[in-house]
Amino acid sequence: MISARRNRDAVASRLVQVGFLVAVILLWYLAATRWGVNRLLLPNPVAVFDDLIDILRSGEYIEDLKVTLGELAAAFAISVTGGVTLGYVISRSPYAIRVFEPLFAAIYAIPIVLFLPLFVLFFGLGPASKIALGAAISFFPIAINTVTAFGNVDRLFVTAARSMGASEYRLFRNVLLPAALPVVLSGLRMGFTIALLSIIGSETLASLAGLGHRIVQLAESMEMARMFAYIVFVIAIAAILNAVVSVLEARGRWN
Amino acid sequence: MELSVLETPRSSLAGSAAVRYLMRYLARRPGAARLIVIVLLFGLWEIAARFVVDPLFLSPPSRVIASLGTVFATRGLPAALELTLFELTVAFAIAVAAGLVLGIAIGLQPFVRRSFFPIVLLLYGMPQVTILPLFILFFGIGAASKIAFGVTHGVFPVIVTVVAGVQNLKPILLTSARSMGASRWQIFRYVIFPHMVPSFFAGMRLGMSGVLLGVLLAELYVSIAGIGYFTTLFTQNFDPTKLLGLIGVLAAMAIALNAIVRRAEAHFARWRAG
Repeated sequence: MISARRNRDAVASRLVQVGFLVAVILLWYLAATRWGVNRLLLPNPVAVFDDLIDILRSGEYIEDLKVTLGELAAAFAISVTGGVTLGYVISRSPYAIRVFEPLFAAIYAIPIVLFLPLFVLFFGLGPASKIALGAAISFFPIAINTVTAFGNVDRLFVTAARSMGASEYRLFRNVLLPAALPVVLSGLRMGFTIALLSIIGSETLASLAGLGHRIVQLAESMEMARMFAYIVFVIAIAAILNAVVSVLEARGRWN
Repeated sequence: MELSVLETPRSSLAGSAAVRYLMRYLARRPGAARLIVIVLLFGLWEIAARFVVDPLFLSPPSRVIASLGTVFATRGLPAALELTLFELTVAFAIAVAAGLVLGIAIGLQPFVRRSFFPIVLLLYGMPQVTILPLFILFFGIGAASKIAFGVTHGVFPVIVTVVAGVQNLKPILLTSARSMGASRWQIFRYVIFPHMVPSFFAGMRLGMSGVLLGVLLAELYVSIAGIGYFTTLFTQNFDPTKLLGLIGVLAAMAIALNAIVRRAEAHFARWRAG
Protein backbone atom coordinates (compact mmCIF):
# COMPACT_ATOMS: atom_id res chain seq x y z
CA MET A 1 0.00 0.00 0.00
CA ILE A 2 2.66 2.44 1.10
CA SER A 3 5.06 1.37 -1.62
CA ALA A 4 2.36 1.78 -4.26
CA ARG A 5 1.72 5.29 -3.07
CA ARG A 6 5.41 6.05 -3.03
CA ASN A 7 5.68 4.73 -6.58
CA ARG A 8 2.87 6.98 -7.67
CA ASP A 9 4.60 9.90 -5.99
CA ALA A 10 7.86 9.16 -7.80
CA VAL A 11 6.08 9.02 -11.15
CA ALA A 12 4.27 12.26 -10.33
CA SER A 13 7.49 14.10 -9.48
CA ARG A 14 9.08 12.88 -12.73
CA LEU A 15 6.04 14.25 -14.53
CA VAL A 16 6.47 17.58 -12.77
CA GLN A 17 10.13 17.68 -13.85
CA VAL A 18 9.32 16.86 -17.47
CA GLY A 19 6.46 19.36 -17.36
CA PHE A 20 8.81 22.04 -16.05
CA LEU A 21 11.26 21.44 -18.88
CA VAL A 22 8.50 21.47 -21.50
CA ALA A 23 7.06 24.67 -20.00
CA VAL A 24 10.47 26.41 -20.17
CA ILE A 25 10.96 25.47 -23.82
CA LEU A 26 7.37 26.39 -24.66
CA LEU A 27 7.70 29.78 -22.98
CA TRP A 28 10.97 30.33 -24.82
CA TYR A 29 9.32 29.42 -28.13
CA LEU A 30 6.30 31.64 -27.51
CA ALA A 31 8.48 34.54 -26.36
CA ALA A 32 10.61 34.28 -29.49
CA THR A 33 7.80 33.83 -32.01
CA ARG A 34 4.58 35.37 -30.65
CA TRP A 35 5.44 37.94 -28.02
CA GLY A 36 7.92 39.77 -30.16
CA VAL A 37 10.97 39.54 -27.92
CA ASN A 38 13.89 40.87 -29.97
CA ARG A 39 15.60 38.11 -31.95
CA LEU A 40 18.96 39.54 -30.95
CA LEU A 41 18.17 38.79 -27.32
CA LEU A 42 16.30 35.52 -27.64
CA PRO A 43 16.59 33.44 -30.82
CA ASN A 44 13.97 30.94 -31.87
CA PRO A 45 14.66 27.56 -30.21
CA VAL A 46 14.06 25.83 -33.54
CA ALA A 47 16.83 27.89 -35.13
CA VAL A 48 19.11 27.04 -32.19
CA PHE A 49 18.40 23.35 -32.66
CA ASP A 50 19.12 23.57 -36.40
CA ASP A 51 22.39 25.35 -35.69
CA LEU A 52 23.37 22.75 -33.11
CA ILE A 53 22.78 19.95 -35.66
CA ASP A 54 24.79 21.94 -38.21
CA ILE A 55 27.69 22.42 -35.77
CA LEU A 56 27.77 18.73 -34.91
CA ARG A 57 27.50 17.65 -38.54
CA SER A 58 30.11 20.01 -39.97
CA GLY A 59 32.61 19.26 -37.21
CA GLU A 60 33.65 22.92 -36.97
CA TYR A 61 33.79 22.57 -33.19
CA ILE A 62 36.74 20.17 -33.32
CA GLU A 63 39.51 22.80 -33.37
CA ASP A 64 38.10 24.72 -30.41
CA LEU A 65 37.32 21.54 -28.50
CA LYS A 66 40.91 20.36 -29.03
CA VAL A 67 42.28 23.64 -27.63
CA THR A 68 40.03 23.56 -24.57
CA LEU A 69 40.60 19.89 -23.79
CA GLY A 70 44.35 20.27 -24.31
CA GLU A 71 44.47 23.15 -21.83
CA LEU A 72 42.33 21.16 -19.40
CA ALA A 73 44.58 18.10 -19.64
CA ALA A 74 47.76 20.14 -19.10
CA ALA A 75 46.31 22.14 -16.19
CA PHE A 76 44.91 19.05 -14.49
CA ALA A 77 48.17 17.12 -14.93
CA ILE A 78 50.11 19.97 -13.30
CA SER A 79 47.73 20.44 -10.39
CA VAL A 80 47.44 16.69 -9.71
CA THR A 81 51.20 16.21 -9.71
CA GLY A 82 51.84 19.27 -7.56
CA GLY A 83 48.82 18.96 -5.28
CA VAL A 84 49.15 15.26 -4.49
CA THR A 85 52.94 15.42 -4.01
CA LEU A 86 52.91 18.50 -1.80
CA GLY A 87 49.81 17.30 0.06
CA TYR A 88 51.43 13.94 0.79
CA VAL A 89 54.68 15.50 1.99
CA ILE A 90 52.80 17.88 4.30
CA SER A 91 50.53 15.12 5.62
CA ARG A 92 53.55 13.16 6.92
CA SER A 93 54.00 15.60 9.81
CA PRO A 94 51.13 16.73 12.06
CA TYR A 95 53.06 19.93 12.69
CA ALA A 96 53.30 20.72 8.97
CA ILE A 97 49.57 20.06 8.65
CA ARG A 98 48.88 22.66 11.32
CA VAL A 99 51.19 25.15 9.61
CA PHE A 100 50.03 24.72 6.00
CA GLU A 101 46.40 23.64 6.09
CA PRO A 102 44.93 27.01 7.27
CA LEU A 103 47.17 28.74 4.72
CA PHE A 104 45.77 26.63 1.87
CA ALA A 105 42.21 27.08 3.14
CA ALA A 106 42.66 30.88 3.27
CA ILE A 107 44.04 31.07 -0.27
CA TYR A 108 41.27 28.72 -1.45
CA ALA A 109 38.74 31.32 -0.25
CA ILE A 110 40.13 34.00 -2.61
CA PRO A 111 38.56 34.00 -6.07
CA ILE A 112 41.77 33.14 -7.93
CA VAL A 113 40.24 34.24 -11.25
CA LEU A 114 41.34 37.71 -10.08
CA PHE A 115 44.88 36.74 -11.02
CA LEU A 116 43.98 36.04 -14.64
CA PRO A 117 45.18 39.49 -15.85
CA LEU A 118 48.51 38.74 -14.19
CA PHE A 119 48.74 35.35 -15.91
CA VAL A 120 47.87 37.01 -19.21
CA LEU A 121 50.71 39.47 -18.60
CA PHE A 122 53.15 36.62 -17.86
CA PHE A 123 52.07 34.03 -20.39
CA GLY A 124 50.24 35.94 -23.10
CA LEU A 125 46.78 35.40 -24.53
CA GLY A 126 47.47 31.84 -25.71
CA PRO A 127 46.82 28.53 -23.97
CA ALA A 128 49.66 28.98 -21.43
CA SER A 129 47.76 31.57 -19.35
CA LYS A 130 44.67 29.32 -19.24
CA ILE A 131 46.76 26.34 -18.19
CA ALA A 132 48.39 28.42 -15.44
CA LEU A 133 45.05 29.67 -14.12
CA GLY A 134 43.39 26.23 -14.28
CA ALA A 135 46.35 24.63 -12.52
CA ALA A 136 46.49 27.34 -9.84
CA ILE A 137 42.76 27.09 -9.09
CA SER A 138 42.49 23.29 -9.06
CA PHE A 139 45.71 22.87 -7.06
CA PHE A 140 44.07 23.88 -3.77
CA PRO A 141 41.15 21.44 -3.47
CA ILE A 142 43.48 18.61 -4.53
CA ALA A 143 46.21 19.56 -2.04
CA ILE A 144 43.74 20.17 0.81
CA ASN A 145 41.98 16.84 0.26
CA THR A 146 45.30 14.97 -0.01
CA VAL A 147 46.49 16.47 3.27
CA THR A 148 43.20 15.54 4.98
CA ALA A 149 43.17 12.06 3.47
CA PHE A 150 46.69 11.01 4.46
CA GLY A 151 46.63 13.01 7.68
CA ASN A 152 43.56 11.20 8.99
CA VAL A 153 44.75 7.62 8.48
CA ASP A 154 44.29 5.87 11.82
CA ARG A 155 47.63 5.86 13.71
CA LEU A 156 46.78 2.37 14.99
CA PHE A 157 46.94 0.89 11.48
CA VAL A 158 50.31 2.49 10.85
CA THR A 159 51.73 1.31 14.18
CA ALA A 160 50.37 -2.18 13.66
CA ALA A 161 51.84 -2.46 10.17
CA ARG A 162 55.21 -1.15 11.40
CA SER A 163 55.32 -3.57 14.31
CA MET A 164 54.62 -6.41 11.91
CA GLY A 165 57.73 -5.32 10.02
CA ALA A 166 56.21 -3.62 6.97
CA SER A 167 58.68 -1.69 4.83
CA GLU A 168 58.07 1.97 3.99
CA TYR A 169 56.86 0.95 0.55
CA ARG A 170 54.53 -1.77 1.90
CA LEU A 171 53.22 0.66 4.50
CA PHE A 172 52.36 3.17 1.77
CA ARG A 173 50.99 0.65 -0.70
CA ASN A 174 48.93 -1.52 1.66
CA VAL A 175 47.95 0.77 4.53
CA LEU A 176 48.15 4.50 3.73
CA LEU A 177 47.00 4.45 0.11
CA PRO A 178 43.84 2.32 0.53
CA ALA A 179 42.79 4.32 3.59
CA ALA A 180 43.36 7.70 1.94
CA LEU A 181 42.23 6.96 -1.62
CA PRO A 182 38.50 7.86 -1.38
CA VAL A 183 39.16 11.37 -0.04
CA VAL A 184 42.04 11.93 -2.49
CA LEU A 185 39.80 10.87 -5.36
CA SER A 186 37.01 13.22 -4.35
CA GLY A 187 39.62 16.00 -4.21
CA LEU A 188 40.69 15.09 -7.75
CA ARG A 189 37.06 15.21 -8.91
CA MET A 190 36.57 18.65 -7.33
CA GLY A 191 39.83 19.83 -8.88
CA PHE A 192 38.78 18.58 -12.30
CA THR A 193 35.40 20.33 -12.17
CA ILE A 194 36.99 23.60 -11.07
CA ALA A 195 39.75 23.34 -13.68
CA LEU A 196 37.18 22.86 -16.43
CA LEU A 197 35.14 25.83 -15.20
CA SER A 198 38.11 28.15 -14.88
CA ILE A 199 39.52 27.22 -18.29
CA ILE A 200 36.23 27.91 -20.05
CA GLY A 201 35.96 31.07 -17.94
CA SER A 202 39.42 32.33 -18.82
CA GLU A 203 38.77 31.61 -22.50
CA THR A 204 35.68 33.77 -22.16
CA LEU A 205 37.63 36.60 -20.52
CA ALA A 206 40.77 36.80 -22.65
CA SER A 207 41.88 34.34 -25.30
CA LEU A 208 42.61 33.55 -28.93
CA ALA A 209 40.90 30.16 -29.30
CA GLY A 210 38.82 27.57 -27.49
CA LEU A 211 35.13 26.97 -26.81
CA GLY A 212 34.75 29.94 -24.45
CA HIS A 213 36.41 32.17 -27.05
CA ARG A 214 34.01 30.91 -29.73
CA ILE A 215 30.97 31.81 -27.61
CA VAL A 216 32.27 35.35 -27.02
CA GLN A 217 33.06 35.77 -30.71
CA LEU A 218 29.52 34.76 -31.67
CA ALA A 219 28.10 37.09 -29.02
CA GLU A 220 30.11 39.98 -30.41
CA SER A 221 29.00 39.31 -33.97
CA MET A 222 25.40 38.95 -32.71
CA GLU A 223 24.91 35.47 -34.16
CA MET A 224 22.57 34.58 -31.36
CA ALA A 225 21.15 31.25 -32.54
CA ARG A 226 24.61 29.83 -33.17
CA MET A 227 25.85 31.18 -29.85
CA PHE A 228 22.98 29.49 -27.99
CA ALA A 229 23.79 26.29 -29.86
CA TYR A 230 27.43 26.52 -28.73
CA ILE A 231 26.34 27.17 -25.15
CA VAL A 232 24.22 24.01 -25.24
CA PHE A 233 27.17 22.15 -26.76
CA VAL A 234 29.63 23.31 -24.07
CA ILE A 235 27.19 22.52 -21.25
CA ALA A 236 26.73 19.03 -22.72
CA ILE A 237 30.51 18.52 -22.99
CA ALA A 238 30.96 19.66 -19.39
CA ALA A 239 28.18 17.34 -18.20
CA ILE A 240 29.71 14.38 -20.04
CA LEU A 241 33.21 15.06 -18.68
CA ASN A 242 31.91 15.46 -15.12
CA ALA A 243 29.89 12.25 -15.42
CA VAL A 244 32.95 10.34 -16.67
CA VAL A 245 35.04 11.66 -13.78
CA SER A 246 32.34 10.72 -11.24
CA VAL A 247 32.19 7.17 -12.64
CA LEU A 248 36.00 6.90 -12.49
CA GLU A 249 35.92 8.15 -8.90
CA ALA A 250 33.32 5.56 -7.89
CA ARG A 251 35.37 2.82 -9.59
CA GLY A 252 38.55 3.91 -7.83
CA ARG A 253 36.76 3.73 -4.51
CA TRP A 254 35.68 0.15 -5.13
CA ASN A 255 39.12 -1.02 -6.10
CA MET B 1 70.06 17.91 24.31
CA GLU B 2 73.40 16.13 24.13
CA LEU B 3 73.04 15.61 20.42
CA SER B 4 72.23 19.15 19.49
CA VAL B 5 75.23 20.47 21.42
CA LEU B 6 77.48 18.05 19.54
CA GLU B 7 76.04 19.11 16.23
CA THR B 8 76.72 22.83 16.61
CA PRO B 9 80.21 24.35 16.65
CA ARG B 10 81.34 25.57 20.10
CA SER B 11 81.75 29.18 19.05
CA SER B 12 78.05 29.64 18.34
CA LEU B 13 76.72 28.06 21.52
CA ALA B 14 74.85 31.21 22.47
CA GLY B 15 73.37 31.36 18.99
CA SER B 16 72.31 27.73 19.11
CA ALA B 17 70.55 28.34 22.42
CA ALA B 18 68.58 31.11 20.76
CA VAL B 19 67.79 28.85 17.80
CA ARG B 20 66.69 26.09 20.15
CA TYR B 21 64.46 28.51 22.01
CA LEU B 22 63.00 29.68 18.72
CA MET B 23 62.40 26.09 17.59
CA ARG B 24 60.63 25.26 20.84
CA TYR B 25 58.53 28.43 20.52
CA LEU B 26 57.57 27.55 16.95
CA ALA B 27 56.71 23.97 17.91
CA ARG B 28 54.11 25.35 20.28
CA ARG B 29 52.86 27.99 17.83
CA PRO B 30 52.18 26.70 14.30
CA GLY B 31 50.64 30.11 13.60
CA ALA B 32 54.03 31.80 13.99
CA ALA B 33 55.61 29.25 11.67
CA ARG B 34 52.84 29.98 9.16
CA LEU B 35 53.68 33.66 9.36
CA ILE B 36 57.34 32.85 8.65
CA VAL B 37 56.30 30.80 5.61
CA ILE B 38 54.27 33.75 4.32
CA VAL B 39 57.17 36.17 4.91
CA LEU B 40 59.53 33.76 3.11
CA LEU B 41 57.19 33.60 0.12
CA PHE B 42 57.07 37.39 -0.05
CA GLY B 43 60.86 37.48 0.25
CA LEU B 44 61.16 35.05 -2.64
CA TRP B 45 58.82 37.22 -4.70
CA GLU B 46 60.88 40.33 -3.83
CA ILE B 47 64.15 38.68 -4.86
CA ALA B 48 62.67 37.20 -8.03
CA ALA B 49 61.19 40.53 -9.06
CA ARG B 50 64.36 42.51 -8.30
CA PHE B 51 67.02 40.26 -9.78
CA VAL B 52 65.50 37.56 -12.00
CA VAL B 53 62.31 38.56 -13.79
CA ASP B 54 61.99 41.38 -16.31
CA PRO B 55 60.48 44.43 -14.50
CA LEU B 56 58.00 44.73 -17.36
CA PHE B 57 56.23 41.64 -16.04
CA LEU B 58 56.68 41.56 -12.28
CA SER B 59 57.38 44.16 -9.65
CA PRO B 60 58.56 43.48 -6.11
CA PRO B 61 55.98 43.60 -3.29
CA SER B 62 57.77 46.54 -1.64
CA ARG B 63 57.22 48.69 -4.73
CA VAL B 64 53.61 47.46 -5.11
CA ILE B 65 52.79 48.46 -1.55
CA ALA B 66 54.62 51.77 -1.86
CA SER B 67 52.69 52.67 -5.00
CA LEU B 68 49.23 51.71 -3.69
CA GLY B 69 48.60 55.44 -3.36
CA THR B 70 49.14 56.04 -7.08
CA VAL B 71 46.77 53.16 -7.88
CA PHE B 72 44.03 54.88 -5.93
CA ALA B 73 44.97 58.18 -7.57
CA THR B 74 44.24 56.72 -11.02
CA ARG B 75 41.27 58.64 -12.34
CA GLY B 76 38.04 56.65 -12.04
CA LEU B 77 39.54 53.71 -10.16
CA PRO B 78 38.23 54.45 -6.65
CA ALA B 79 34.74 54.84 -8.14
CA ALA B 80 35.12 51.48 -9.91
CA LEU B 81 36.17 49.78 -6.66
CA GLU B 82 33.28 51.36 -4.80
CA LEU B 83 30.90 50.20 -7.51
CA THR B 84 32.26 46.64 -7.26
CA LEU B 85 31.71 46.62 -3.51
CA PHE B 86 28.17 47.89 -4.06
CA GLU B 87 27.51 45.18 -6.66
CA LEU B 88 28.84 42.51 -4.30
CA THR B 89 26.60 43.71 -1.45
CA VAL B 90 23.44 43.94 -3.54
CA ALA B 91 24.07 40.60 -5.27
CA PHE B 92 24.70 38.92 -1.93
CA ALA B 93 21.53 40.37 -0.39
CA ILE B 94 19.40 39.26 -3.34
CA ALA B 95 21.02 35.81 -3.48
CA VAL B 96 20.43 35.20 0.24
CA ALA B 97 16.84 36.49 0.24
CA ALA B 98 15.86 34.60 -2.93
CA GLY B 99 17.73 31.48 -1.82
CA LEU B 100 15.97 31.53 1.55
CA VAL B 101 12.49 31.88 0.06
CA LEU B 102 13.07 29.30 -2.70
CA GLY B 103 14.83 26.92 -0.32
CA ILE B 104 11.95 26.96 2.16
CA ALA B 105 9.37 26.68 -0.62
CA ILE B 106 11.17 23.69 -2.14
CA GLY B 107 12.35 22.00 1.02
CA LEU B 108 9.28 22.02 3.23
CA GLN B 109 7.03 19.71 1.20
CA PRO B 110 8.55 16.28 0.41
CA PHE B 111 6.75 16.07 -2.92
CA VAL B 112 7.84 19.51 -4.06
CA ARG B 113 11.36 18.74 -2.91
CA ARG B 114 11.55 15.49 -4.87
CA SER B 115 10.22 17.24 -7.95
CA PHE B 116 12.22 20.45 -7.98
CA PHE B 117 15.40 19.76 -6.02
CA PRO B 118 16.95 17.73 -8.89
CA ILE B 119 16.29 20.69 -11.19
CA VAL B 120 18.08 23.01 -8.74
CA LEU B 121 21.05 20.63 -8.52
CA LEU B 122 21.17 20.38 -12.31
CA LEU B 123 21.27 24.17 -12.68
CA TYR B 124 23.84 24.44 -9.88
CA GLY B 125 26.12 22.00 -11.69
CA MET B 126 25.99 23.90 -14.99
CA PRO B 127 29.09 25.82 -16.09
CA GLN B 128 27.42 29.22 -15.82
CA VAL B 129 30.38 31.11 -17.22
CA THR B 130 29.32 29.97 -20.71
CA ILE B 131 26.27 32.25 -20.49
CA LEU B 132 28.22 35.28 -19.24
CA PRO B 133 28.05 37.04 -22.67
CA LEU B 134 24.25 36.63 -22.54
CA PHE B 135 24.07 38.48 -19.24
CA ILE B 136 25.94 41.40 -20.75
CA LEU B 137 23.59 41.41 -23.76
CA PHE B 138 20.50 41.29 -21.54
CA PHE B 139 21.54 43.63 -18.77
CA GLY B 140 24.12 45.88 -20.41
CA ILE B 141 27.66 46.64 -19.28
CA GLY B 142 26.60 48.47 -16.12
CA ALA B 143 26.06 47.24 -12.59
CA ALA B 144 22.88 45.26 -13.43
CA SER B 145 24.64 42.53 -15.40
CA LYS B 146 27.28 42.03 -12.72
CA ILE B 147 24.70 41.88 -9.96
CA ALA B 148 22.61 39.40 -11.97
CA PHE B 149 25.61 37.18 -12.68
CA GLY B 150 26.63 37.31 -9.02
CA VAL B 151 23.09 36.36 -7.96
CA THR B 152 22.94 33.31 -10.23
CA HIS B 153 26.27 32.14 -8.81
CA GLY B 154 25.32 32.77 -5.19
CA VAL B 155 21.69 31.71 -5.04
CA PHE B 156 22.13 27.97 -5.68
CA PRO B 157 24.39 27.13 -2.75
CA VAL B 158 21.97 29.03 -0.48
CA ILE B 159 18.97 27.08 -1.83
CA VAL B 160 20.78 23.76 -1.46
CA THR B 161 21.82 24.34 2.16
CA VAL B 162 18.43 25.77 3.18
CA VAL B 163 16.69 22.73 1.68
CA ALA B 164 19.10 20.46 3.57
CA GLY B 165 18.40 22.40 6.78
CA VAL B 166 14.61 22.32 6.43
CA GLN B 167 14.73 18.65 5.51
CA ASN B 168 16.19 17.73 8.88
CA LEU B 169 13.16 19.20 10.62
CA LYS B 170 11.21 16.48 12.44
CA PRO B 171 7.62 16.35 11.08
CA ILE B 172 6.30 15.82 14.60
CA LEU B 173 7.45 19.31 15.59
CA LEU B 174 5.40 20.83 12.79
CA THR B 175 2.37 18.68 13.59
CA SER B 176 2.46 19.47 17.29
CA ALA B 177 2.90 23.21 16.66
CA ARG B 178 -0.05 23.11 14.29
CA SER B 179 -2.22 21.11 16.71
CA MET B 180 -1.48 23.69 19.40
CA GLY B 181 -2.89 26.30 17.07
CA ALA B 182 0.26 28.06 15.89
CA SER B 183 -0.15 30.37 12.92
CA ARG B 184 1.94 30.01 9.75
CA TRP B 185 4.18 32.88 10.84
CA GLN B 186 4.59 31.46 14.33
CA ILE B 187 5.55 28.08 12.92
CA PHE B 188 8.15 29.72 10.74
CA ARG B 189 9.48 31.97 13.48
CA TYR B 190 9.64 29.49 16.36
CA VAL B 191 10.01 26.07 14.71
CA ILE B 192 11.52 26.27 11.24
CA PHE B 193 13.82 29.24 11.61
CA PRO B 194 15.76 28.13 14.72
CA HIS B 195 16.36 24.72 13.15
CA MET B 196 17.65 26.22 9.97
CA VAL B 197 20.12 28.71 11.40
CA PRO B 198 23.35 26.65 11.27
CA SER B 199 22.89 25.37 7.74
CA PHE B 200 21.61 28.77 6.66
CA PHE B 201 24.85 30.44 7.68
CA ALA B 202 26.91 27.71 6.05
CA GLY B 203 24.88 28.48 2.93
CA MET B 204 25.58 32.19 3.31
CA ARG B 205 29.31 31.47 3.36
CA LEU B 206 29.10 29.36 0.19
CA GLY B 207 26.80 31.96 -1.33
CA MET B 208 29.37 34.67 -0.62
CA SER B 209 32.11 32.77 -2.47
CA GLY B 210 29.68 32.26 -5.35
CA VAL B 211 28.75 35.94 -5.46
CA LEU B 212 32.42 36.96 -5.37
CA LEU B 213 33.19 34.64 -8.28
CA GLY B 214 30.21 35.77 -10.34
CA VAL B 215 30.64 39.51 -9.84
CA LEU B 216 34.41 39.44 -10.39
CA LEU B 217 34.08 37.27 -13.52
CA ALA B 218 31.56 39.72 -14.97
CA GLU B 219 33.72 42.67 -13.90
CA LEU B 220 36.77 41.22 -15.64
CA TYR B 221 34.77 40.31 -18.76
CA VAL B 222 33.61 43.85 -19.44
CA SER B 223 36.83 45.56 -20.45
CA ILE B 224 35.46 48.99 -21.29
CA ALA B 225 34.18 49.89 -17.82
CA GLY B 226 34.81 49.14 -14.15
CA ILE B 227 37.57 46.92 -12.78
CA GLY B 228 37.93 45.03 -16.06
CA TYR B 229 38.85 48.26 -17.84
CA PHE B 230 41.67 48.96 -15.41
CA THR B 231 43.09 45.41 -15.36
CA THR B 232 43.13 45.44 -19.16
CA LEU B 233 44.69 48.91 -19.19
CA PHE B 234 47.47 48.00 -16.74
CA THR B 235 48.13 44.71 -18.56
CA GLN B 236 48.40 46.37 -21.95
CA ASN B 237 50.62 49.15 -20.57
CA PHE B 238 52.93 46.55 -18.98
CA ASP B 239 52.43 48.19 -15.61
CA PRO B 240 52.67 45.23 -13.20
CA THR B 241 53.06 47.50 -10.18
CA LYS B 242 49.60 48.99 -10.54
CA LEU B 243 48.07 45.71 -11.74
CA LEU B 244 49.36 43.86 -8.68
CA GLY B 245 48.20 46.69 -6.43
CA LEU B 246 44.67 46.58 -7.87
CA ILE B 247 44.49 42.77 -7.68
CA GLY B 248 45.82 42.92 -4.13
CA VAL B 249 43.12 45.41 -3.08
CA LEU B 250 40.41 43.22 -4.67
CA ALA B 251 41.80 40.08 -3.03
CA ALA B 252 41.82 41.88 0.33
CA MET B 253 38.20 42.87 -0.27
CA ALA B 254 37.29 39.24 -0.99
CA ILE B 255 39.13 37.97 2.08
CA ALA B 256 37.44 40.57 4.32
CA LEU B 257 33.93 39.75 3.04
CA ASN B 258 34.58 36.03 3.48
CA ALA B 259 35.85 36.64 7.00
CA ILE B 260 32.75 38.67 7.94
CA VAL B 261 30.40 35.90 6.80
CA ARG B 262 32.55 33.26 8.51
CA ARG B 263 32.43 35.23 11.78
CA ALA B 264 28.65 35.53 11.51
CA GLU B 265 28.39 31.80 10.93
CA ALA B 266 30.50 30.98 13.99
CA HIS B 267 28.53 33.49 16.07
CA PHE B 268 25.10 32.17 15.17
CA ALA B 269 26.02 28.48 15.35
CA ARG B 270 27.35 28.89 18.90
CA TRP B 271 24.05 28.74 20.79
CA ARG B 272 23.38 25.38 19.21
CA ALA B 273 26.60 23.77 20.39
CA GLY B 274 26.05 25.09 23.93
